[in-house]
Order: sequence, then C-alpha cells, then structure tokens
Amino acid sequence: MSDNTQLTRPNDGHDNGKDKHAARLREQTLLPPVDVIEDKNGITLFADLPGVPKDKLNLQIEADSLTIEGDVVVDAPEGMTSHHAEVRLPRYRRVFTLSRDLDGNQASAEFKHGVLKLRIPKAEHAQPRRIEVRVA
Amino acid sequence: MYRSMFPRDIFDELDTLHRQLQRAFDVEPSIRGIGRGGFPALNIGTTPQSVELYAFTPGLDPATIEVNLERGVLTVAGERKDDLASDQQQAAVHINERFAGRFRRVVNLPDDVDPNGVSAEYRDGVLHVSVKRRESVQPRRISVH
Repeated sequence: MSDNTQLTRPNDGHDNGKDKHAARLREQTLLPPVDVIEDKNGITLFADLPGVPKDKLNLQIEADSLTIEGDVVVDAPEGMTSHHAEVRLPRYRRVFTLSRDLDGNQASAEFKHGVLKLRIPKAEHAQPRRIEVRVA
Repeated sequence: MYRSMFPRDIFDELDTLHRQLQRAFDVEPSIRGIGRGGFPALNIGTTPQSVELYAFTPGLDPATIEVNLERGVLTVAGERKDDLASDQQQAAVHINERFAGRFRRVVNLPDDVDPNGVSAEYRDGVLHVSVKRRESVQPRRISVH
C-alpha cells in the first residue's frame, strides 16, 4: 500500500472508546520473559527488560492486576541501516492477575541492567499463622 | 528456544507448539537439543563508517562479558547467573522463562572492519558493540567514451 492509498478501517464511524481499544489490540509489544517464585511471605518476580532505561519503566498495580511496561531506548548512530533485527518492536508489556492474598500496596521493586525484581508480600491476613492447640 | 522475547502472536505460539511436538515425536533428537541460538537476541546494523551490534543481555556483570574479534568474526559470550538458585529453599517456582547459564553468539563481520576500532558499552542490559570500518574508496562513476 502506498501512502496515497486510503484503507477503510473497520472502526470508521464508531465511537472513540472502541477505537482506542481496537488500537491497543493492534499494537504489538514484546513479551518480557519472567521468573516467578513464591515463598511463605510473598511473591518475587524477575522480568527481563533489556534496553529500557529507568525513566521509561512503567509499573502499575491495581486491585487485582499487575502491569509491567517499558519503552526500549537504543542509541543508534544516524543513518544506520538495519541488517538483522531479532528485536523488532520498541515496547515491552506484560499483565498479570494478582490473587487476593497479595498486598499490592506493599510492593517494592529494583531495576538494574534491564532486570526488574519485584517483591509483592502477602497481605497481613494471609500470612501463615500457627495456631496453638490448647488442651482443655 | 527463547521465544518469549518476540511479540505475542498466535502464529508464533503455534510455531513453538509445532516445534515442541516435532521434538516429542522425533525418533532420534539431536543430543544438543533444539539449539541455544536464542539468547541473547541480536540486532545488527551498519553505517558507512561502522558496524553496530546490539545484544540484549540483561542482568550481567559488565566485567564478565566476553567480546572477541578474531579474523573478522565477532563473538559475544558470557554467563548469566540463575537468580532462582540463590533464593531460599522454601520457595516454589511458578514460572521460569528467563534464560540462565552460559551463552555465546557469533557474527561474521564484513571484510572491511578495522580490528583496532572496536568499542563496547553495556547500558540498561544492552551490550552495544561498535566496530569501525576501514576507510574505503568512495564509489566512483566511470564514464564511458
């Protein structure tokens, strides 16, 4: 398709909300690989986001979902021709559902050399408790 | 195969599934498995003055990355420590997608590279190697009489 060709888009004439949703579905992003481990006090997540500087990393924790997003910034010299590209998109994105026993407000994160380490502790009410059994 | 670096695409996922099925039903699969060419992902570009290589290798100690240029062949190698192994015994691993262990990728460079003009920088988990090219004769148009 040349620049002069007009392509009728399926969402023409629909309301704004639908357009945005459709646009987001069309936007392709890289899926950062993760490691998730759980111990009795919470969950630790490691994610690989090479090429993302600290100011382009976006972490969002809502009630029951965690979103990890980052824009890749790579300094390429002017006029560089790409010969071989295995990473072809400039954005990472991954979403997880968090279970109720995790406390998103207490989450902490470290980001170094493109590796994100996120720690989400279990909510107070979900911490393991040993119940004393008394002899009546 | 380190596929999850690539965009989430139904065709990519079917491709991975196909590969796994092939491996499962292969009568004599290669002893080296499906090949470790997956990590790190590489992007290579050129300008008239240089060849630029970007290796997506997060979580490394820059001092341990090995970059070698020998007879026009550029090698990037190293080892990524497994973050999971060092954690407490009581932990349960739910997802394990990240690569850990030794890796090595090799690239053939064009003949006009200058072996003394190599520089490497590690930033935000990306290793950027820049190799200068020798001054080449500018292309000249030859007129026909």
